[in-house]
Amino acid sequence: MPPAQAWETIIGLETHVQLRTVSKMFCGCSAAFGAAPNTHVCPVCLGLPGALPVPNGEALKLAVRAALALECTVHAKSVFARKNYFYPDLPKGYQISQYEQPLATNGSLSFLAPERGLVTATIVRLHVEEDAGKSLHDRFPKATAVDLNRAGVPLIEIVTGPDFRSPQEARAYLQTLKQVLEYIGISDCDMEKGSLRVDANVSVRRAGESALGTKTEVKNINSFAYVEKALGVERDRQIAVLEAGGSLEQQTMLYDAKDNAVRPQRSKEESHDYRYFPEPDLPPLVLTDEFVAEQQSLLPELPGKKRDRFVAQYGLSREHAAVLTASRAVADYYESVVHAGADQQTAANWVMTEVLADAKDHQEQLRVSAPALSQLIALVKGGTLSHQAAKRVFVEVAARGGDPRTVAESLGVIQVADSGVVAGWVSDVLAAHPQEVARYRNGEVKLLQFFVGQVMKASRGKADPKLAQKVLEEKLAA
Amino acid sequence: MSEAKAAADRLVKAKRLNALLTPPKELRKSLAAQAAAARPTGVLYGMPVAVKDNICTLEFTTTCGSKILEGYRSPYEATVITKLKAAGALIAGKTNCDEFAMGSSTEHSAYGRALHPLDKARVPGGSSGGSAALVAAGAVPAALGSETGGSVRQPASFCGVVGIKPTYGRVSRYGLVAFGSSLDQIGVFGRSVHDAARVLSVISGRDPRDATCEDRDPLRLPTVPESLQGFVIGLPREYFPADLDPAVRRACDRAVRLMKELGAAVREVSLPHTAYAVPTYYVIAPAEASSNLARYDGVRYGPRFNGAGDIRALYRATRGAGFGPEVRRRILVGTYVLSAGYYDAYYGRAQQMRALVAQDFRNAFDRGVDLLFTPTTPTPAFKAGEKVNDPVAMYLSDIFTVTANLAGLPALSLPIGRVKGLPIGGQFIGQAFLEDEMLEAAYALERAVPATEEA
Repeated sequence: MPPAQAWETIIGLETHVQLRTVSKMFCGCSAAFGAAPNTHVCPVCLGLPGALPVPNGEALKLAVRAALALECTVHAKSVFARKNYFYPDLPKGYQISQYEQPLATNGSLSFLAPERGLVTATIVRLHVEEDAGKSLHDRFPKATAVDLNRAGVPLIEIVTGPDFRSPQEARAYLQTLKQVLEYIGISDCDMEKGSLRVDANVSVRRAGESALGTKTEVKNINSFAYVEKALGVERDRQIAVLEAGGSLEQQTMLYDAKDNAVRPQRSKEESHDYRYFPEPDLPPLVLTDEFVAEQQSLLPELPGKKRDRFVAQYGLSREHAAVLTASRAVADYYESVVHAGADQQTAANWVMTEVLADAKDHQEQLRVSAPALSQLIALVKGGTLSHQAAKRVFVEVAARGGDPRTVAESLGVIQVADSGVVAGWVSDVLAAHPQEVARYRNGEVKLLQFFVGQVMKASRGKADPKLAQKVLEEKLAA
Repeated sequence: MSEAKAAADRLVKAKRLNALLTPPKELRKSLAAQAAAARPTGVLYGMPVAVKDNICTLEFTTTCGSKILEGYRSPYEATVITKLKAAGALIAGKTNCDEFAMGSSTEHSAYGRALHPLDKARVPGGSSGGSAALVAAGAVPAALGSETGGSVRQPASFCGVVGIKPTYGRVSRYGLVAFGSSLDQIGVFGRSVHDAARVLSVISGRDPRDATCEDRDPLRLPTVPESLQGFVIGLPREYFPADLDPAVRRACDRAVRLMKELGAAVREVSLPHTAYAVPTYYVIAPAEASSNLARYDGVRYGPRFNGAGDIRALYRATRGAGFGPEVRRRILVGTYVLSAGYYDAYYGRAQQMRALVAQDFRNAFDRGVDLLFTPTTPTPAFKAGEKVNDPVAMYLSDIFTVTANLAGLPALSLPIGRVKGLPIGGQFIGQAFLEDEMLEAAYALERAVPATEEA
């Protein structure tokens, strides 16, 4: 493989995002995922003769919110268009989309690129469209089955400029995009369920050149994990072809995750002339200023802004703030813990470690309430619990609920600050380790921590470690 | 239910016209059941209304005169059908038409041509020829048709009945099988202006299932005026060319004279882009049709013809065998004009020309004209076979009707005389959503004109 530095990779992304609506884009059928095949269908989404589409107002609201969150210009007038092609899972023989006059254009999204730092991607356009059904080629031998439950489900397509310089950047952008869309609640962005799909335009050019090379479109990237892989494979393929003196063809490449390779789509399938024209069944989509303003007012604080505010307001590092604002639920949780009285950095440490670890194992649920965590932090600060004991209490509260003090008491992990009791544990420990006592007294003072540890062990974590140390020093000096 | 039986008898008696696609037995059974269930309080209680076969009904098959929908039963019914039933009307079978409403003679039906009720060698017009023929034969008092470029008015004119095309957006298209969606509108036939208007009033009004249907109350019927005092009728000179059939001209002249006698002011006007209307229409309508007819692929409904091999072979076999030659022609034309590299030259320019045609009308109306009066067709009914192999000649029979579709305006044809026994139609074109004014003028002229006399 030639040195990659000699080449610059140019990537643009087209992302399809399923909007989180109850019903489909142009009919009243359920848009829910996972129903028995062909049960969420009606004359409209089946494309029966004579049926007509009626736009779903909720989908339009969500689409406008997405456009605003991506700082797009939302157009007062946009036009639905038909994209014509024949396929068995496309019941009307055309997809209702938007073409010459999309809902929104000219937006941007800043994301943290691994090599270049903060990069701003251009959102060229954002438009509304309906999904097609699904062709199932593996259900019946020698036959294709068609499930039209997905036909007519509302989507937005978000198209970037050729702004990414590596597969890693493309992935970082996608993660940021997903984060923003999840924040504003317009989609569940689940790539495995197909509610977020990405196609990429990839080209390479020799470093220093300004003209864009021949691009290919990479499709069938079904998971986040494959984004980098698929784009890396295609980039390497293009570089290899050019290095060998060959030339590239503008074509569609399908990624195959099984063998991590890209293959050209059969040219017969891609030679589409979609014959776009304005959809005569739908009047132009006219959005009033009030409608757009209302959607703007419904947007929450977006992740970038929230991260900056966390740095400023809570004195957190940028990295910590980024972790805490990765999801809206976690950010809200952190703020609740702080508002319940916990120290800002301590709360951050707890959320980033114990809380996120527990959430990861339990379907992203935040099982310990914010007031409970705040109380737990207070118990450590007040000397009632050691940090070690507090972690045990956290696990117990997460699993079984209850208030941290009561749980700590029932676990018997409240710290003992009674010097008489601690002295008893100390005596036991010193009696059990005569050789270490002798070594300590011969000047090996670093063994003090060993003794403290043994006392903690003997007390099963209940001894106040500071007190234990003090008593140990006294007894060993005697 | 003797009324239902009488209605069925009248329809069956007209069988020789091949105007009705519904088999007699099924028709009788359904009419009896419908009559038993009909609401007695409805304004159309007991009125049999025949329905063009491109409007979806639960009662009968909906084939659009095409083999590709042979035996197709819609699982839902058109909004207009629901409204008719709610008014107590009986759905009196499905009528023959040009395949997918593409044609002007009802010769392009996969189920054989319909005959003119007064001369079986002639065509009843089209595409809604079956509906027109049945009303003219007295088999039903009213019928539904559909218009994309004159498919109600032209057969109404040929058959000597009244045909109304409402303003685009006045009547829901939900359940009307689409041909050219931006032009399509359901229309009505009646033996009289009043019969047609009554049915129109029932089927008009808002429908949440059709985004292009205006949010308006149903049309209110005007009363029959004493005179045409205060009406300004415009005569567009482009609709009276030098080579107009002399009998058609004589009939129009007589109608104009009668309207003047009724107190109307008559003025000549010009609609300068009229000559471009037919070519414009034959770009836009096929373009939309090529997309609207893509769904007939044999995958989900209708007959499937298995070609050898892959899905593409299935498409080719089904669409090749299922569509007739005129439909295939228009799909090809429509696909061509929307293709990359040709879109601007054809579809784009046609849209510009359509806007100019509409502007012509606005200009005339802005100058104080209330209504336009023209011949509906350049000639009376032509002979079967005369134009079926000459598409352009066939297309030109819509030359005076396509303009109202392009501009979305309401228009009406009524009989104004005969030549050698064949009816001649006169056309009113009104202002958008002012059907009531158009109906007033039609009521007045209908009373005055000797519609069955030689012009």
